[in-house]
Amino acid sequence: MDFDFLFRNFADLTITGLALGSVYALVALGYTMVYGVLQLINFAHSEVFMYGTMAAAFAVIALGGAATTSTGAAIGMLLVALVAAMLVSGGVALLVERFAYRPLLNRNAPKLVALISAIGMSFFLAEAMGLRDKITAWFGLDDNLEPYVGRARNVVPLPDVVDPVGVFDIGGYTVTSIDLLVIGGALVMMVGVDQFIRRSRLGRGIRSVAQDPESAALMGVNSTRVVQLTFLIGGLMAGAAAFLYILRIGATRYDVGFILGVKAFTAAVLGGIGNLRGALAGGLILGVAENWGSAVFGTQWKDVVAFVLLVLILMFRPTGLLGEALGKARA
Amino acid sequence: MSRPNTFARLGAVAAVAALVLSACGTTEDKTPSAGTSNGGPACGEKLAFMGALTGPAAGLGIAAVNGAELAVDQYNEKHADCKVEFVKSDSQSDPKQAPGVAKSLIDDDAVIGVVGPLFSGESEAADPLFNEAGMPLITASATKPTLSEQGWTVFHRILGNDETQGPQVAKVLTDIAKATKPYTISDDSAYGQFLTGATDSALGDALVGHDKIATGQTDFQATVTKVLDADADAVFFGGYYPEGELLIKQLRAGGWKGTFVVPDGVKDNEYIKVAGAAAEGTLVTCPCVPGDTIAAFADAYRAKFNEDPGTYGPEAYDAANVFLAGIESGINERSAMNDFVTNYDGEGVSKHVAFDEHGESAEIPIWAYKVEDGKYVALKQLA
Repeated sequence: MDFDFLFRNFADLTITGLALGSVYALVALGYTMVYGVLQLINFAHSEVFMYGTMAAAFAVIALGGAATTSTGAAIGMLLVALVAAMLVSGGVALLVERFAYRPLLNRNAPKLVALISAIGMSFFLAEAMGLRDKITAWFGLDDNLEPYVGRARNVVPLPDVVDPVGVFDIGGYTVTSIDLLVIGGALVMMVGVDQFIRRSRLGRGIRSVAQDPESAALMGVNSTRVVQLTFLIGGLMAGAAAFLYILRIGATRYDVGFILGVKAFTAAVLGGIGNLRGALAGGLILGVAENWGSAVFGTQWKDVVAFVLLVLILMFRPTGLLGEALGKARA
Repeated sequence: MSRPNTFARLGAVAAVAALVLSACGTTEDKTPSAGTSNGGPACGEKLAFMGALTGPAAGLGIAAVNGAELAVDQYNEKHADCKVEFVKSDSQSDPKQAPGVAKSLIDDDAVIGVVGPLFSGESEAADPLFNEAGMPLITASATKPTLSEQGWTVFHRILGNDETQGPQVAKVLTDIAKATKPYTISDDSAYGQFLTGATDSALGDALVGHDKIATGQTDFQATVTKVLDADADAVFFGGYYPEGELLIKQLRAGGWKGTFVVPDGVKDNEYIKVAGAAAEGTLVTCPCVPGDTIAAFADAYRAKFNEDPGTYGPEAYDAANVFLAGIESGINERSAMNDFVTNYDGEGVSKHVAFDEHGESAEIPIWAYKVEDGKYVALKQLA
């Protein structure tokens, strides 16, 4: 146990932890919102995230990003990558809703069935990405698409279009442009979603369905649309998270969704599943706790620390830190 | 309700028919000749390769399987009327999948030897089964030392193990990288942990710190902070390339300027493709010989696969050739093949091939490589 190391590098570990925690928090939003509205865990959400990371990487590759790209062009490419990631993730989330949930919900299937169909969807999406070379080969496109589909089960790197530049120092740690972008970008998204749910008309619809679906329907809220909107917002946020993730980690793979999804789900439960601000707090806490835990116990204990923390919090607060449902959140 | 039932029955009939047909197929294909040497080469034998052909570690697996396939192709050209069938079985180098893959190779009576398993973890899972079935093995890449200490009579290793590689890693750190503050990082694989441990003990007091990461991990920020905090001027990472490539990217992004040293598990073109500029200057140790310097092998390899031979390609080629020499001499059953391999003594492209009583390679060349301009350049032979 190396507490001395933790205190010497406190700022460093905290800031890099916050950066990863922001990604967890944005992905956790998708889990918690769907739970709030449907009381279901959308296990395919991890794949929604993974498709976003791929979209971001492919966008930069398609635009010819390389280490030599000028700063101006690089910023443009990254903006395109962000938009591509959000659109693709949003689209995949809508597809998940359309094919894994709606047919079952329309038939009033038991909730457990939808849960299983989401798990199936998750495997389907991940393997489809992992086998994209074979799928494109059926259509004879694999040669044209080689930079995107070649080596389908290996890592897809994001071209090095940005070099992290030190911006300012805190406690001996030089905060880089990427740290700032990740944490700042995530904060803007979080505040945006939070305000959208609290203030807008559509947000009120989401809250009303979360609170009492039948009364909401009686009051003229179209619950199918609300469910769609919930998946869409979750997907868009997962896309933004995917962009920030690949900017930070530098690469992705067809199976990155699994571990990150588990972590984000943990963050959602930690903060109180169904609670928007809880998911945000849970993500940030988890990211920082993992880093501190890695520092004190060793990096291989990272996941142990995360889950022990979850168990401890649930022992004392069974509904999570801010355990309050989405519908009951004050407007 | 009658329609689905009819369909179900039809399906069942079709399934049974398929089973019967495939069963017939196997019996007909079975080689008629039994017993031992009959003068000429044995026909209808199968030689298998076992390792990752898909999955995260497939880069290394494909380089090795290509080497073995080249050997089989050359053999079949020579013996067009009496071919050897090459079976590629994909374990994804996953210890959980390895026993199942091993079982299916054992159950195929025509399989007379296995080049592999590729990695140490899957070897630990599968080799006991192979040993029980008397299936001769030559691994071209599993380097965990304890593999040869289990009393498996079928085990042979055509390259040096990590016990011999660890001190060489230490030598690279101190002599080539000129490190005064070396730091080591291991993954959680059988291979990575042992090799890093051997390196740590060879470094002794010079070591300034050690960290351990998990397979599949993608965020290494805590590790980056540890390396920077220790002010390390060289880092050795004992593990495989999927983690190695992200680790060096994040170390460089974190502002670390020292020399990165990796073992054979990272030496794959994937590492250079993914890590890009961050990979430049990486030093690599490998008990494998540089395939592109062996002209005859490299030319044949390029002609067949349109690329330069990869890590373990020459070793897998040699391993396959040992088995093929046995088949050529007329051996058509496993225990005779195992004796043949154990007593084999001949020239290979990577080294003089012979095995000691534990199945270890008698000759152990270890090479240092350096990543320069996106290529692995052989620096020198360390041992």
